[in-house]
Amino acid sequence: MGLKLQQSYHHSVTVKVNEQMGTKRGYTFIQANRAWLPKFLLLWVMVMAFLSTWIYKKMDADNKVRRKEVLSTMCDQRARMLQDQFSVSVNHVHALAILVSTFHYYKDPSAIDQETFAEYTARTAFERPLLSGVAYAERVVHSEREKFERQHGWTIKTMKREPSPIRDEYAPVIFSQETVSYIESLDMMSGEEDRENILRARATGKAVLTSPFRLLGSHHLGVVLTFPVYKSKLPPSPTEQERIEATAGYLGGAFDVESLVENLLGQLAGNQAILVNVYDITNSSDHLIMYGHQNQDGDLALLHESKLDFGDPFRKHQMICRYHQKAPTSWTALTTAFLFFVICLLVGYILYGAAIHIVKVEDDFHEMEELKVRAEAADVAKSQFLATVSHEIRTPMNGILGMLALLLDTDLSSTQRDYAQTAQVCGKALITLINEVLDRAKIEAGKLELETVPFDLRSILDDVLSLFSEKSRNKGVELAVFVSDKVPEMVMGDPGRFRQIITNLVGNSVKFTERGHIFVKVHLAENPKPMEDPKAETCLNGGSDEDALVSGARQFKTLSGYEAADERNSWDSFKHLVADEELRYDASVKMKAADEASQSVTLMVSVEDTGIGIPLIAQDRVFMPFMQADSSTSRNYGGTGIGLSITKCLVELMGGHISFISRPQVGSTFSFTTVFGRCKRASFSDTKKPNAEDLPSGFRGLKAVVVDGKPVRAAVTRYHLKRLGMLVEFANSVKIAASACGKNGSSCGSKTQPDIVLVEKDSWLSGEDGGLSLRTLDRQQNGHVFKSPKMILLATNITNAELEKARAAGFADTTIMKPLRASMVAACLQQVLGTGKKRQPGRGMLNGSSVLGSLLCGKKILVVDDNMVNRRVAAGALKKFGAAVECAESGKAALKLLQLPHSFDACFMDIQMPEMDGYVYHIFNIGQLTI
Amino acid sequence: MDLVQLQRQLVDYRTSLYHEGFLDEQFTQLQSLQDENNPDFVVEVVSLFFEDSERLLNELSKALEQQVIDFKRMDAQVHQLKGSSSSIGAHRVQKLCIVFRNYCEAQNVEGCLKCLQQVKHEYGIIKTKLESMFQLEQQILNAGGSIPV
Repeated sequence: MGLKLQQSYHHSVTVKVNEQMGTKRGYTFIQANRAWLPKFLLLWVMVMAFLSTWIYKKMDADNKVRRKEVLSTMCDQRARMLQDQFSVSVNHVHALAILVSTFHYYKDPSAIDQETFAEYTARTAFERPLLSGVAYAERVVHSEREKFERQHGWTIKTMKREPSPIRDEYAPVIFSQETVSYIESLDMMSGEEDRENILRARATGKAVLTSPFRLLGSHHLGVVLTFPVYKSKLPPSPTEQERIEATAGYLGGAFDVESLVENLLGQLAGNQAILVNVYDITNSSDHLIMYGHQNQDGDLALLHESKLDFGDPFRKHQMICRYHQKAPTSWTALTTAFLFFVICLLVGYILYGAAIHIVKVEDDFHEMEELKVRAEAADVAKSQFLATVSHEIRTPMNGILGMLALLLDTDLSSTQRDYAQTAQVCGKALITLINEVLDRAKIEAGKLELETVPFDLRSILDDVLSLFSEKSRNKGVELAVFVSDKVPEMVMGDPGRFRQIITNLVGNSVKFTERGHIFVKVHLAENPKPMEDPKAETCLNGGSDEDALVSGARQFKTLSGYEAADERNSWDSFKHLVADEELRYDASVKMKAADEASQSVTLMVSVEDTGIGIPLIAQDRVFMPFMQADSSTSRNYGGTGIGLSITKCLVELMGGHISFISRPQVGSTFSFTTVFGRCKRASFSDTKKPNAEDLPSGFRGLKAVVVDGKPVRAAVTRYHLKRLGMLVEFANSVKIAASACGKNGSSCGSKTQPDIVLVEKDSWLSGEDGGLSLRTLDRQQNGHVFKSPKMILLATNITNAELEKARAAGFADTTIMKPLRASMVAACLQQVLGTGKKRQPGRGMLNGSSVLGSLLCGKKILVVDDNMVNRRVAAGALKKFGAAVECAESGKAALKLLQLPHSFDACFMDIQMPEMDGYVYHIFNIGQLTI
Repeated sequence: MDLVQLQRQLVDYRTSLYHEGFLDEQFTQLQSLQDENNPDFVVEVVSLFFEDSERLLNELSKALEQQVIDFKRMDAQVHQLKGSSSSIGAHRVQKLCIVFRNYCEAQNVEGCLKCLQQVKHEYGIIKTKLESMFQLEQQILNAGGSIPV
């Protein structure tokens, strides 16, 4: 059993864990890729590094392009300017050439001599800023040399200032600017460069340039410009030969390129930043430098070449520009890229951190969930362990109790008996505790299942009350129950558990109440609001002067007159409930029909006591298991404090909730709601359940007057009488009752003649003239009517003296001891009225003897005993309960009777009979018997 | 008036039987089993008891006279007697039977003899008392009264 239990428990836990694992599958994306997170981060960083490099490169490239553009524009600008200035100078030289041809050759005699030329050129030197000087050399063929030398008075010299050797032709300088006067008389054709230049110039008719060389005067790098001067006008588009023929001389000028460029660059902005070189690239393999340093410095990486056209188609020039300094590191690009990288890095890290955090949180969450499952499993295990252990304890405990009971039946000395009885009492207490723990464990383990059977709520309440009647009577506490008429007679639910709840609550109340009352009240939770009309009273006397009855101490309108914690139960509200039911009875018939249509009924049950109450500090842990108000409570009153927690669980299982109002030293009122199913009228009328108590119907239509000063108590009395089908009226005092009866009697209508007068002991004792009026009442009745009403005294506890006094006063008929129960009242009335069966035998009013009477009805029972007398007694006892009894005097005989098929429902057997052993086995073996 | 006196006498008598320990609770229980369906139940049972007891007492006397005493059998018989006496609530007889059984178990002949005498004595008393009580009841019933509880 225990193993099986454990297995199933284990199974359930595994299932739970599996379920948990099932939910674990629902990982988030992040959780699923947790291993990839660092890789993601690394990838991110790499991508970002790449991106920022790209950004840097891009920005740097932009910079370079811009730099290059700047360089090219600057270079082109310089080249253009140089070219412009150069061509301006060339044009001037050209003009000068035309001037020479015009004034030297076309005029005869010549209008120009050295003096004029020198002066003119000196004065127009500003026009040719690039030329260090101009000179004119005449073409002299060798045949004319002598004539020429004579004419000018000097001999033609070579460049080296030696008399020129004989050549085909010469080109001696005849006019020269003062700045270059040193070349006068020098044969220009003696210099290699110049000669070539001259030949080329006269062939093309255009200005030609020499390759750069160091100029004679300044030693600057320079070029010589040569222009041909023709004697006669040339035909349009002359041939080369015609040009040579027509050539008269040559005009030359030395360009000081170095100072030219220097000058030019000086005029421009940014000349510091760039480095300019000018080359003659006529010979493409050997660039001749015209300006700038041959050794290359500056930024070699970037250069710009600009073509220069100085008007000489034979010569090619170019300008190369460079930056002085290397391109500065681009700090903007670098910073931008770096910042971008840093920001991306941070963003990546934040995302990574967040992901890690999410993963961690989720991990924690799963861990917690697992722990929770484990904790719950542990809790269930605990409960199950408790249940198992309790169960295992209970079994031997029952053995112990049984054996103790057997022991007590044997002959014991008084000391032994005392010991055994103590042991039995302790055992019973233990088993009660174990049962409670078992209940709690069952509830916690969710194993407690409520049954749904039809049962009579009222009879269960009566039963519970009868359980505590002895105790409450001893304490002098008034115990009462009231069930609203609207509560259906039969409801569907768990009678055992309902009884347990009520027993717990009433048990607690009885335990903690020393005076006053305990009042159990049941009504529908969806009760309509109290009637507006407060005068709806059913009391004969209006019920407004209760206070006058008891002078002195203040009385509360509760059941016993003691103050109760919850005011709702006092008469002021209670009377509305009662009155409401009275007045609305007709209307409610319709309502009832409607109510019955609904499947369930919610009841509000309250248990009110006037006990010690619950201390305020302890009120919030009243429903905790094993908690009592304080530790002294258990010392004074006993108990484990588990009852209320079980009660709460049960109430909640039954679909209700429990609450309480308590005032220390005043009392407590526990109220709970519970939901029961409605019971179809038809279903329970044909199948009477054994727990539905049969109330005798012999009292239907009888009239009763209840004399009670306390309306709540009167209502309770009426409730019980109404259950017996009696018509009930209230009277506040005996006097009023008497007068009312008298009136009725004299008016001889007598249809309202009461059959029974029930007088509350308090009312009787408080009225001084109680006895007297009673007798008056009696007499009056005797005088006028055939039958006198039966007088019945109601009392919670009564002393012998009081009893005697009551007898004397006229309550000869009977005294009903409280708490009232319908069945008990019925029994008493039966006795008084002499109707129905004979008096109930035995001590006291045996509650439910009629139930017992039919308990074994129709059952066939076999009694086996060798003792004739015993057999007879047992048979008698069983017959008393309606069973058909057969006897056997020995096991052997019993066995014969028990040959299958037999019709016995049960077999009672004395197991101490001689010659038993074998038979017991056989009889047991036959089975299907309650032994 | 005579009837009431008789009734009171019966009640007093019965009370004295309880007080002196001749009868116990069991007898009350027995009375409670008697009802209209079974009006002579108590008398019936008590008569059965008388028959049974006399038989047993005789057998016991005989057994004790034997040379070889069968204590086991005696024990069983005393047990029977104890059972029936406790069934009707004959308290004193029952108590004596317990002592008797102890002697039987101890195989004490002396004790057994003494006990047998005592049991016989007590049996005689209870028989007389019950018979006179029944007579009283009969008288009351004959006079048309009911037997008080």
